[in-house]
Amino acid sequence: MNLSLDNRTYVVMGVANKRSIAWGIAQALSNAGARLIFTYAGDRLEKNVRQLADTLDRDDSIILPCDITDDEEIEKTFATIKEEVGVIHGLAHCIAFANTDELKGEYLNTSREGFLLAHNISSYSLTAVTKAARPLMTEGGSIVTMTYLGGERVVQNYNVMGVAKASLDASVKYLANDVGKDGIRVNAISAGPIRTLAAKGISDFNSVLKQIEERSPLRRTVTPEDVGNTALFLMSDLSSAITGEMIHVDSGFNTISI
Amino acid sequence: MADTLDRVKKIIVDRLGVDESEVTPEASFKEDLGADSLDVVELVMELEDEFDMEISDEDAEKIATVGDVINYINNHK
Repeated sequence: MNLSLDNRTYVVMGVANKRSIAWGIAQALSNAGARLIFTYAGDRLEKNVRQLADTLDRDDSIILPCDITDDEEIEKTFATIKEEVGVIHGLAHCIAFANTDELKGEYLNTSREGFLLAHNISSYSLTAVTKAARPLMTEGGSIVTMTYLGGERVVQNYNVMGVAKASLDASVKYLANDVGKDGIRVNAISAGPIRTLAAKGISDFNSVLKQIEERSPLRRTVTPEDVGNTALFLMSDLSSAITGEMIHVDSGFNTISI
Repeated sequence: MADTLDRVKKIIVDRLGVDESEVTPEASFKEDLGADSLDVVELVMELEDEFDMEISDEDAEKIATVGDVINYINNHK
């Protein structure tokens, strides 16, 4: 049993900037000795990812584009990863998207296109990358995705993203069952709200943070480091029999009612 | 005042990779400084951190030029 990730390689998808949850996870994994492969979507994020990767204590990180809405590109990215490193030991999926104008007002007004877009990027992508990663995880491994309370209960303004997260949560269980026979675990971290670029797209996000500070059992918001630590646990052998699970890293907020 | 301008300028230059001479009060983020909507959200977050303030969604939507930012900060200190 070992908390160290020396000689292991992990794919981290979804770093946008220094505030990204994916970056918190990357730092925790790197500090534990892991080699990292970053994937990004769109040229505008490449520079950010490269600058951040340069701040790590190691210089063997790999940075690749991967548009997770494009099956061919996913295939290409993982083929490149296979060529470069051969085996991977885990993957952090920190990807979600919905139209900003559908993250306010009534869920009822979600368009068909907006619904499919949110589900395609935020939910189906986990299935697509799990399928692509599986052949590279010949020594078993761990896949971690990011979800949110809004998939379990109604969170004002979270709307179609909540419905997509519910789909993601169900996918975690089905995928865990599929790849469990290969010694691969799949789990979700349900993080409390964190002030990321993506979260800022949710209407009135600052007041959501205030509520967590006032009402959560720990009376504080959650940081990317908090999530990174739990991701490290889920990526390590310490969580060797945990799969298909959702762990709340939310200062206990999900346990609170009125 | 000059201090505010310098701090705002530094954030904009870092974030958008533009030359400092381009960051004039009249400069529009989207039209003159090449910012997209995500850049603007990132800028707002950097400004909130730098000046330890909260910029509401409504106010953030009204910010179009460098001068708008300076005025907002000076009015909310």
